[in-house]
Amino acid sequence: MAADTAARGRPAAAAEQDRAEEWYVASQYRLMWRRLTRHRLAIFGGVVLAVLYLVAIFCEFVAPYDPSTKNTDLLTAPPQRIHFFGQGSFSPRPFVYAYTVAEDPVTWRKVYADDPETRFPIRWFVRGEEYRFWGLFKTRAHLFGVDDGYVFLLGTDTLGRDVFSRIMYGTRISLSIGLIGVALSFILGLTIGGVSGYFGGFADAVVQRSIDFLRSLPVLPVWMALAAALPANWPTIRVYFGITVIVSLIGWTGLARVVRSKLLSLRHEDFVMAAVVAGAHSGKIISRHLIPGFLSYVIVSLTLAVPNMILSETALSFLGLGLRPPVVSWGVLLSEAQNLHAIALAPWLLLPGLFIIVAVLAFSFVGDGLRDAADPYAN
Amino acid sequence: MAYVLRRFVAMAVTIALVSVVAFILIQLPPGDYISSYVAAREAAGDDEVSQGEIDSMVREFGLDKPVHMQYLRWIGRIVTKGDFGRSFAYRRSINELIWERFVLTAVVGLSALVITYLVGVPLGIYSSLRQYSVSDFALTTVGYVGLATPNFLLAILLMYLGFKYFGASVGGLFDAKYMESPWTLAKIVNMLGHLWVPAIVLGTAGTAGIIRVTRGMMLDELRKQYVVTARAKGLSERSLIFKYPVRIALNPIVATIGWQLTAIVSGAPIVAMVLSLPTTGPLMINALLLQDMYLAGTFILLLCTFTVVGTFISDVLLAMLDPRIRLGAERDGG
Repeated sequence: MAADTAARGRPAAAAEQDRAEEWYVASQYRLMWRRLTRHRLAIFGGVVLAVLYLVAIFCEFVAPYDPSTKNTDLLTAPPQRIHFFGQGSFSPRPFVYAYTVAEDPVTWRKVYADDPETRFPIRWFVRGEEYRFWGLFKTRAHLFGVDDGYVFLLGTDTLGRDVFSRIMYGTRISLSIGLIGVALSFILGLTIGGVSGYFGGFADAVVQRSIDFLRSLPVLPVWMALAAALPANWPTIRVYFGITVIVSLIGWTGLARVVRSKLLSLRHEDFVMAAVVAGAHSGKIISRHLIPGFLSYVIVSLTLAVPNMILSETALSFLGLGLRPPVVSWGVLLSEAQNLHAIALAPWLLLPGLFIIVAVLAFSFVGDGLRDAADPYAN
Repeated sequence: MAYVLRRFVAMAVTIALVSVVAFILIQLPPGDYISSYVAAREAAGDDEVSQGEIDSMVREFGLDKPVHMQYLRWIGRIVTKGDFGRSFAYRRSINELIWERFVLTAVVGLSALVITYLVGVPLGIYSSLRQYSVSDFALTTVGYVGLATPNFLLAILLMYLGFKYFGASVGGLFDAKYMESPWTLAKIVNMLGHLWVPAIVLGTAGTAGIIRVTRGMMLDELRKQYVVTARAKGLSERSLIFKYPVRIALNPIVATIGWQLTAIVSGAPIVAMVLSLPTTGPLMINALLLQDMYLAGTFILLLCTFTVVGTFISDVLLAMLDPRIRLGAERDGG
């Protein structure tokens, strides 16, 4: 018995020692990863983001319908509930009830109710409307759907379009604007901040004053003015890039500041001096020796910048200054829920807002987790 | 003092630059108001707009001059006479159009600011004193969600809830019967009844931020040695907390009041649009869409000036409260 525990205790102690050793020899990124995986909210946020981006990539497949398919006899229908039980019996396959449509004699509004007689069982991987996947090949495969009948998990809008499908397509636009905008800010911030921090002196002064100036502008009104300057007759894809450029125009300043201050503190380190003495040129020193030193901070501020981009696109599109229909983004979808009349009749039109909040929260959690993980002094 | 002076000069320069930027921004859209006006008249089936009429409009707004002369004329009148020019669309002097709206914007903004601090600071302190408790966790969650929710969405939600549970429209700042009436006590009371919705909507993001900052600052202070010393000497918990850590923790929060104000001003137009407030926001958005350039320019200029002045006030307050900034700046500046 005692020998048994001892025998089992030995490898445990050895494993412990291995772990401790591993901790000492682990690379910076390994340590960061380890701290990050211990941050539960960050992991949760990361999972949510992964799901959202999967939806963004495969939105044609996830959405049961095309975002512009109109069901003229089912306008502003409420969300259908998924049922497992019906008339006292359990059905292993979830189903939705068909609507019965009646007309309110006073308001002439359509009133929808469940029709317990007609069920539409929901199936995985059904053949539905045909679409071109990424514009490459034609297919009819959808993640889920019904064979005959209809399924509107989040209801339909005023033109009878499926809100769920529209939100899925909106995910692609809204989330990609955040990424492309951040990529642009990244390039601008890294270049300008790098020049400012590495060369210092006059270049630094000019860059710092311009950043101060840009930051002193009220963000939303300036964006609105810029967005209003995009010509109305531009094709949608160009408007999309225009908006992305606009939202990243101010976003880079924060990153440039981080890069500059890190560079300023790093460039007097001994290893940089050693590289200079060894005859390395500026570009090489920046890319080989300095950038790895502060890349983790850059990643953190990038992650925290994405939600701002998403929120600004949403705000601009909501005002009608950003993306415009037929493009589907979360902001465009919300702009349909602008007046009290619309929301009072169809509160489910507000659901894109829920997706915005979830996406922004997920990004903040991951960003906070990364920030804690990137801090070498935290333990 | 030298620091304040330097900041003041910097502010003046920034405002001058801002006026140039505002002017460039309103020149950016392709086409101009007059051509779109002519097109609209023709589309409406009016007779052809005579060349003479166009010419007189062009002259009236000084559009025949080169761009830099237009700018000088525009800014010159603002500086010397406080005259912001005329609106194309309303055919009225801009000063007449915006005065009341600016007062209302200021009222809404200030109430949001008051809410932000009145709610944010106590909750932040409370949260820090009960770290990791259920209420702390709840407040942190509320803070996160408050920061993640775009405020126009909050406005829509409040409007929907107000409609559903009170059967009342919460939009606007007045009841219909007070809309055009002159200012009376009854109208002011009526306005106060409507004011809380935009104030809450605009204040939420700021409140969430303040809770977070106050909590963080307080936690830093509470761990310091002097707190332990005071506690060891037997000071009562209440006077211990409020006499020292709170005062220190609040310094930066009070000092950034200008930044809070600018954040509120910046977010205001979109909320005003949703809640149909008679403030500057909707007018500004329309002016931007209609290319009513002097009106749009006035808004951009005034909002930017607001922001810059707010930042200036914050910087000065911070320097007054924290000698490190003052001395550091003087050392840097030589």
